[in-house]
Amino acid sequence: MTDGSERRVPPLLLSVLLFGVALLYLPILVLIAYSFNASPLVNVWGGFSTAWYGQLIHNRQLLQAGLLSLQVAVSAASGAVVLGTLAAIALVRFARFPGRLLLTGMVNAPLVMPEVITGTTQLLLFVSMMQLIAWPHRGFTTIVLSHITFCTAYVTVTVQSRLQSADRSLEEAAMDLGASPARAFIEITLPIIAPAIVSSWLLCFTLSLDDLVISSFVAGPGASTLPMVIYSKVKLGVSPDVNALASLIVCAVGVCIIGAGWLMARSDRRRALEVQLANR
Amino acid sequence: MKPTWRPGRWLIILPPLLFLLIFFLIPFAIALKISFAEAAPRVPPFTDVIYFTPDHHLHLALSLANYRYLLTDEVYGVAYLYSLRTAFFSTLICLALGYPMAYAIARSPKSMQGLWLLIIMLPFWTSFLLRVYALEGIIRDNGFLNSALLHLGLISHPLRIMRTTLAVYLGIIYSYLPFMVLPLFATLEKLDHTLLEAANDLGSRPARAFLDITLPLSLPGVIAGSMLVFIPAVGEFVIPSLLGGPNQLMIGRVLWDEFFGNHDWPVASAVAIAFLLLLAGPIAIYQYYNVRQIEA
Repeated sequence: MTDGSERRVPPLLLSVLLFGVALLYLPILVLIAYSFNASPLVNVWGGFSTAWYGQLIHNRQLLQAGLLSLQVAVSAASGAVVLGTLAAIALVRFARFPGRLLLTGMVNAPLVMPEVITGTTQLLLFVSMMQLIAWPHRGFTTIVLSHITFCTAYVTVTVQSRLQSADRSLEEAAMDLGASPARAFIEITLPIIAPAIVSSWLLCFTLSLDDLVISSFVAGPGASTLPMVIYSKVKLGVSPDVNALASLIVCAVGVCIIGAGWLMARSDRRRALEVQLANR
Repeated sequence: MKPTWRPGRWLIILPPLLFLLIFFLIPFAIALKISFAEAAPRVPPFTDVIYFTPDHHLHLALSLANYRYLLTDEVYGVAYLYSLRTAFFSTLICLALGYPMAYAIARSPKSMQGLWLLIIMLPFWTSFLLRVYALEGIIRDNGFLNSALLHLGLISHPLRIMRTTLAVYLGIIYSYLPFMVLPLFATLEKLDHTLLEAANDLGSRPARAFLDITLPLSLPGVIAGSMLVFIPAVGEFVIPSLLGGPNQLMIGRVLWDEFFGNHDWPVASAVAIAFLLLLAGPIAIYQYYNVRQIEA
């Protein structure tokens, strides 16, 4: 390996990188700028104003949807973290068990499955379950269940890479000294994988908060999450209060992601990220 | 593995296995079943496929009408082809743009790589819907791009981008570019630079060394990134719905309309199953490379 500090990035490559980054950020920056536009017209700058942010507080529909989305995101992220961590432990620690291949497939497939397919099939499942066992009613419960399904995959992939790099010998030493395997795992390995668990909770939280397609399919008539309300508003045309709301969400998600990144970075930065990204 | 673990193992394996079995795998079986049903004005809106007749015989009423309908009504064929073509070319453009980006990050100093990755990752986790909406603010007729170009005097009439295929391409590239860069970076970063130095010492020109060494070694990243863009892009709903017009009919939109517009669940199930079969190949390729990369 050559010394990192000696390497130079060719100017052409660097300019493509900068162009790509500009492409990624320009729309978001323009959106945030528009959110402070006093004029409701998009092509007229009417001066700086925070009026649209003030209006948000009085929009009951948005507030209700936002509250539902937050409740869903917290429940889904928490459920997914438990299931995803268990799946990661099973896949890393148990070399052979019946259903291992099935579990591997079911953990990875949701990462690439188009949302419309997941949404359609899960709606059909919930409707069939309702017929058979009169549960679950479409709404909060079904949204949480379907979000747990796709979030679990992200947790497993993140925790799996972390667990693979954890040193087994410490745990073995603890067991030689008389600790039960469960106790050795909880006292030694759990703290090592804790940052991965916390950061994957944050990632699941943002993924759940963001989901439109799957929620729309499984929500049923009564319940509307925030993306569903935003989608129907956007479909009708430009509304400046959506600009304000979008800016707030983008900033909140940014804080979450930087927080998650910082947590990962603090312990085992490079390795965990690289494997996680490679598997995304 | 110590034998003392064994009884406890199933406490760890079973919860995720059962949950994913019920909520991820079984739904596909149900969709397959309903794709053989017929639409009916009741709740839920389709006929039973498997039922007991009054004299307690199990009856199987399979109807292939939905699949026949998919083949005869040209809307579906057109939408499948349009989706595949759009996803394919968007993936190529993402690759052309994402490869140099990933390469630049992989070649920058180690201390900078984390920062670059965070910069690429941030939009990738930011609300998808809101990013598509933000892009609309740039490309709409009176949006940022047209205002800027008109102001600079480069054009005299606003460019019409919204509701065209170009808008759908821009939407997909803008939304999925990070999905391409991240796996490419992961493989390029692991690349052994001594190989390139050796090629250089032996007189190989940089372009030649790139084609002979870098490109083949980064192939797993190229494939993983391409699949991560291609597969979801084929099924994309939000982008054609918000940026495209009536001509930008993608399969995700057809499926959505079949469910929410026509309430024809059996046809929607058949569309989903046919769609899944179409994607089985790319998903299998992705899984294969993914598992290999995890185990490497």
